Parts: sequence; structure tokens; C-alpha cells
Amino acid sequence: MARKPLSPEARSIINSKVSRRAVLAGAGAVAGASALAACGSGGGSSENAIRWGNWPLYLDVDDSGKNYPTLQAFIKESGIDVNYFEDYSDNDEFFGKVQAQLKLKEDIGYDLVCPTDWMAARWIRLGYTHKFDKANIPNAGNILDTLASPSFDPTREHSMTWQGIMSGFGWNTEKVPGGVRTLDELFAPQNKGKIVVLSEMRDTIGVILRSRGVDLQTVTENQYMSAVEFLEQKVSDGWIRGVKGNEYAEDLKSGDAIAVIGWSGDMFILKNDYDGKFDFAIPESGGTISGDNLMIPYTATVEAKASAEKLINWYYDPAIAAEVAAYVNYVTPVKGAQAEMEKIDPDLAASEFIFPTEKTMANLSVFRSLTPAEESTWTEAFQKASGI
Amino acid sequence: MKKISTPYLLLLPGFAFLFTFFVFPILSLAQVSTATPISGGDVGEFEQTLRFRNYLEAFLESREHFGRSLVYALLATFIALMISYPLAYALAFKSGKYKNVLLVLVVAPFFTSFLLRTVAWKQILGEEGFVVPPLRTLGLISESTTLTSTAGAVIIGMAYNFLPFMTLPLYASIDRIDPRTLEASGDLYANGFTTFRKVTLPLSMPGVVAGTLLTFIPAAGDYVNAELLGGPNNTMIGNVIQSRFLIPDYPTTSALSFMLMAAILIIVIVYIRKAGTDEVV
Repeated sequence: MARKPLSPEARSIINSKVSRRAVLAGAGAVAGASALAACGSGGGSSENAIRWGNWPLYLDVDDSGKNYPTLQAFIKESGIDVNYFEDYSDNDEFFGKVQAQLKLKEDIGYDLVCPTDWMAARWIRLGYTHKFDKANIPNAGNILDTLASPSFDPTREHSMTWQGIMSGFGWNTEKVPGGVRTLDELFAPQNKGKIVVLSEMRDTIGVILRSRGVDLQTVTENQYMSAVEFLEQKVSDGWIRGVKGNEYAEDLKSGDAIAVIGWSGDMFILKNDYDGKFDFAIPESGGTISGDNLMIPYTATVEAKASAEKLINWYYDPAIAAEVAAYVNYVTPVKGAQAEMEKIDPDLAASEFIFPTEKTMANLSVFRSLTPAEESTWTEAFQKASGI
Repeated sequence: MKKISTPYLLLLPGFAFLFTFFVFPILSLAQVSTATPISGGDVGEFEQTLRFRNYLEAFLESREHFGRSLVYALLATFIALMISYPLAYALAFKSGKYKNVLLVLVVAPFFTSFLLRTVAWKQILGEEGFVVPPLRTLGLISESTTLTSTAGAVIIGMAYNFLPFMTLPLYASIDRIDPRTLEASGDLYANGFTTFRKVTLPLSMPGVVAGTLLTFIPAAGDYVNAELLGGPNNTMIGNVIQSRFLIPDYPTTSALSFMLMAAILIIVIVYIRKAGTDEVV
């Protein structure tokens, strides 16, 4: 069927909205406030509808904010009804919410969820996911090579990347005209007190570790702790204004922060909205890439599982992926989407944010999976360095 | 027989409620606080080992945050008292026919979400808010000084957010003062200040005690203001509890919560004893 690509005007309106992470800024940062209203979609909720919990503003939506064009096209074409909820707003929180039911093998209310890599690793390790029937996902082969075999799911039997997220340096081009490409440039004297880093430890410590030439696939506890000490020193010396999630984008806008370790999708939107007042670069020494993953909780019924697999397959169609990418601006995990994007918007097709070149990709690395014990002690050390 | 049992029967719903939503959670919290991670277990799996060292370790790790919370809460309470007393006094004695309107205005901020009000302060004190640019232009603060991400912002935020809790009890007790006692004081040649010191203030003490407690207790456990208005060097014990909870490190979280409760309870008991008002509770 014919789908209407987004007009440039529509896209600029959509892009002027906050990103899915920025939407949590401020108020949403506080755990209690994050359960955003669920957005039902797909023409009512019939009994055999599958329920998809995704991050806010992470799927193409029309101007009214109520219709998801690619999702509705799927519903029409497949006859499978989908209830779409934008209430996956924090990995830990969501896990805390559903863990008890998962343990008891009771329905958690979702047939498709979207945890970030490290949390996906935990779900898979605990056996909380269904194994895909790849016959239902012929498009699975379209996944980018860099994402095809992560250590937590080497053959992608339990998870498929929804979007990739690069982390690197973001800065205010008026206040930091030279830009930020190395850790020393981030901690330049004139940035003191106006630096914000991510509260996602794998990204912040990952960037610091890369600047020391450490391979994130083999990072040891000593190397990690030494990078944490570096961060702790910078915090106590007053260099760092905040260790935050999505809210760093708000700090950049308000001028409270002028240089950050941030995420590509947010920075893309800021750059566009403010006509180049902000910019983003992958550190010379290398950045990190992570992903949010579509997974089917093992509490989903057999029918729901098959439907969810068909949905995953739909979004691995390059043309559909391109449409989603034109809205969310994160790294598209689907091969061939770039060629499709040419038809929608050549500028976006050339965007390094959505389609990193081979050279950029080579400079991004994935943080290795941590054992449960490491996860606890490493997180604790990072939080202590962040002041909590 | 029937006469004795009636009051107890009437208390039953209350007891049932308290048992379900207070006693039971407290016991479960106590139980978790001495647990330890199962060796080789996964994230969030704990077993009871009666390890009371959890408390000592949690305290040693977070003593800085405990200290900071108490200091911030005390300062916020003091600021709220200094703002609320004249306000409550004016409401009680000087507001005339506008009394009800003004009382509604005191409570009006509660019509908006606590979070939104705090985020608003973040905007006001931010780099491009109403405050910083004029101060910069006047040369009162340097280019590198900022107002958010500071202890001052956190304390002001708390003083603001809990202000009605201070104002209302103060108003209630000042409003009860018979104006004739003030006149009598004047008749006995006391000047305004002496009248305040010897008559108004002592008579309003129940309000002062209630107001300071209602401000201090939530302020000491607050994490929202520190999260939104503070920086990494202004985190309070509430922030530690929240972050440990999400790791998830339930034993430490429970131990910290217990210690916070104990600390507040001791402070409150000592304070009420000193202040000598049994009208409060």
C-alpha cells in the first residue's frame, strides 16, 4: 500500500517537539512522575490485540499526536491489532514494576517491550524473554552488522534493536566556539561548572575509558574504577554541574550547561531547533553505542508472540525503518533504510546522526555485559562519584 | 460490657488500616534491612542473614548526606518560619474582610503539582531566567557563578515548597490569641516589642512547634528539590535512598530509611520536650 512520506513542514513540526528522552526532563526525572499516559492506538482494543510498551516519542506520529502512521499501516496490512503504550520511561523503574509478575510467570500487561542493552541482557539472563521464531521475521537479516551479535544475545534470538544511541560530546557553539572533541576540551577551564555528564554509567565512563585507550569489550574492574575516580575528582572540584539523564538537554537550552556528554538523537533535535546553536561530535578517542531492544516477555501467549514477531518484521523493512528514523533521529539499525530515506529526505539520508558512516561506526564501541555482581558494585561506585 | 467495647469497635477500622499500611510495611522494611545478596544470585535477589552491619555500613557511606539533609532542612525551616510568622500574624490580625481570600492564596500553590513548582524555580534561577542576567549586568555575580546547582537553591526550594505547612498552623494559633491580651499588655506599659515577646510569641508557640515540625520532617527526607535544583555536591539522604532503591539495593535502602526515621524521631522528641508544648500532638 502507498504510504505518504512526511512533508518537510510536518517533519519540522515534529522535530521541534522534544525528544523522547528530553520529555522526561525536569519533572519526569523524578521516579514517581514518569508514568506517562498510555496512548492507545490502532482503532480500539480488541481482545487479541498485542500490547507494546515503548519509550515516549519513539515512534513516528502525525501532527495530532494521536496517530502513528507506520503502526496503523501495519494494523491495516496484517489485521493484527496493536495497543501502543508510551510508558516505558525508565529501565530500572519498568523492571521494578514487572519483575514480580515475571517471576511468577503472570501476564505483565505487555507483549512487546523495549529495554536498553544492559537491561535487555538482564531479561535474557533471567530467562524472561521468548525465543523468536525467525520464520516470522524474515527481515531480521537486515540488522546492521555492528548490532548483529551483541554479547548478551549473540545470535539475536531474543532481541532486535529498535534504535541505536550514540553517545559523545555536545556543546553550545556560541559559548564553546572551538567545539569539543577530546576529554581535555570538555574539561577546558572555561567550561568549569557548566559541564553535565550522563547518569547512564556505561556512556559517561565509557567515553572516559575510550579516552584512555581502554577497550570497552574487555574493560577490567581496575580500569573502570580508575575512570570513576577521575569523575569523582571532577565532581568534587566543581567542574560538573550535574550527572543527569535526559535533562541535560534542558540544561543546554537554559544555558546552565555549555558542554556535555550526551546522546545523538537529543543533540540532533537541539541542533535543528536552534539553528546550529548546539552541535555534537563523537570523541576523537571514540564514543559508545548502545541500543534499545524489542523483546517479547515470556509471559506473552503463543498468538501474541507470533503477532509481535510480525510487528518486529514490519519495522525491519527498510522503507518503514526510514520513516521511523525521519521522526526519531536515532541511529537506524536497518540496512537499506538509508537508500529509502533518499526518497523521503536526502538531507536526512546524509545525516551522520541517523546513518553513521563506516568510519564513525568504527569509532563507536559497545560496553561489555557485566555480571550481576559487577553490575551492583560498578553502579554503586558510579553513583557515589555522582554524589549519591 | 457493651459500653466498654463500643469505642474499641469504633477504632477497629483505624487499627486495620494502620496495621495494613503502617505496621506491616514497617516490619517488612525491618526484615529487608538485615538481608544480604544471595551469593551467585541475580540482581535484586536477597536472603535474610540478620546482618546488622548493614546499618553501620550504610551510615558510614552516607553520613555526609545525613548531615547535609539535617542542615538543609533546618535552614529551610528557619527561612520558612521567618517568612511565615509575619504572614500568619498579618492574616490573623490585619487582614479584615480579606482573610478568607488571603488564606486561599496561601494554599493556592498546592493546586499545582509540587514537581512543576520546583521546575519553575529551576527556570527562575537558571542562567537565562529572571534573576541571573540582571545580577550579571550589575556585576553582582561573576560570569562563572550560577544560582542553580547550589545548596542555596535547594534550601530556598524547600522553604518555598513547605511554606504553607508552616503558615497554616501558625495562623491557627495566632488567630486564637484574644486581642484583649495584647491591649492589656499595652495598658501595663509594655511596648510593641515587649508585648510580642511576652504575650504573642508564647501564646503562638504551639503553632511554631507544629509548623516547624511539619516543615522540618518532610524537608529532611525530601529528594525532589535536591534533584532538580541541586548539583552533585548537594545531594541529600533522600536522593541516596532513591538511587539505591533503583540499583536495586533494598537492604541498604531499608537501613537508611530506618536510620532517617530514627534520627527524625529523636530530634522531634527532644524538640517537643524542650519546647514544652503538649498541645501539639
